[in-house]
Amino acid sequence: MAEIIQEEKGKGGKKRPKKGNPHMDMTPMVDLMCLLLTFFMLVGAFNKPKVMEIVLPDKIKKDQKIDPPKIAESRTLNIILGPDDRVFWYGGKADATTQPPLFETNFSATGIREVLFDRNQALFNKIDQFKADVKTGKLDIKQDSLANAIKQLKKDDDTGPIVLIKFYKKSKYKNFVDIIDEMSIVGIARYILVDINWIEQGMVESKLGKPAAAAPLTQK
Amino acid sequence: MPKIKLPTKSPHIDMTPMVDLFSLLLTFFMLTSVFTPQEPAPVDTPFSVSEKPKPDANIMTIVLSADNRVFFNVDNGPDTILHFRPKILEEMGKRYNIVFTPQELRKFEKFGSSFGVSIHDMKSFLATKEADERAKFEKGIPLDSVDNQFGYWVLYTRQVNPAVQALIKGDGNAEYPLVKKVLDVLQDYNVSRFSLITNLEDAKVELTEAKK
Repeated sequence: MAEIIQEEKGKGGKKRPKKGNPHMDMTPMVDLMCLLLTFFMLVGAFNKPKVMEIVLPDKIKKDQKIDPPKIAESRTLNIILGPDDRVFWYGGKADATTQPPLFETNFSATGIREVLFDRNQALFNKIDQFKADVKTGKLDIKQDSLANAIKQLKKDDDTGPIVLIKFYKKSKYKNFVDIIDEMSIVGIARYILVDINWIEQGMVESKLGKPAAAAPLTQK
Repeated sequence: MPKIKLPTKSPHIDMTPMVDLFSLLLTFFMLTSVFTPQEPAPVDTPFSVSEKPKPDANIMTIVLSADNRVFFNVDNGPDTILHFRPKILEEMGKRYNIVFTPQELRKFEKFGSSFGVSIHDMKSFLATKEADERAKFEKGIPLDSVDNQFGYWVLYTRQVNPAVQALIKGDGNAEYPLVKKVLDVLQDYNVSRFSLITNLEDAKVELTEAKK
């Protein structure tokens, strides 16, 4: 049988209920909330990946008869991405009889960027000057028309290089992103991805120290 | 004279307003954060200087893993009532004479991460519950000229959602010939504008060096 044992009353005085502390200890709760808050803030801030836009020209369908666009040989800069982050470049045009010297460089700030920058200085300075004018308030245009204005500057450019980007078979996706990134850093107006041809393949292979592949019979 | 006893002050500070604020902020950040579902293959995206953020809706993501498999993912549209994902799967099923049940379509709709499954394995893929079992089917989407399922995914995605943007999320070590194949397919289906997903890398210091 349950018995309720009553507390002994001391000296017969009225028992007052003990006043509880009205404060709750919230420290652990606050600690936890702080932690969670920091976590969610950081996750939100760093979770966003960036994108880099590229536009490829429309493919010429097989039944269409369109001549490939003619481009000036002096403005052409060929970049060939090789294996193991190696980059090769040459200017002009390579055919079976004349092969311009092939230079090797890399993806550092003094590598391919310098090569591109050398040739694109005029346009780069123009864009840079334009951006500086906007910053200092000489030119007053809105942010979204700034991008358009730069696009127009690039479109009007007729001194910068036309970069043909080619890929040797063992190149990696990373290099593909790297080279397009370089284009946007240096502000190259015109670049395009092109298939490598057998002459260039031979040039790269001889640079890599492999025996040059025999020319296909049909190309004679 | 008796000593006046000063009431001992409680060492507690009233934390209620702080807690209020914290819970408000916490709720806000919890609701706004979007959890990205785990990808079937780890992908290390390369770095670039681009500062454009990735769009949230109307995207199809093509994932290229380091072992050269192709995965595909498409979002459900800017509004959940649009149900783009099941519609695309239904179209794909029609193309390959596979009828998907409403349950399978629902399951596909909720399945958030990218998939690298041949359409013929899709039914058994959707039936599995375990992630380990699912991985068996993830052989990559076929995209050669004999069986170009990847092309049809792109085609039907664009038919169902014309506003869709193509994003390519590739591992740095994916080989270029695969990238080339994917780009070729995209171009064949008239997608000539697309974006590459990258991590941000600051190159401003190097830029001033180049200027000299």
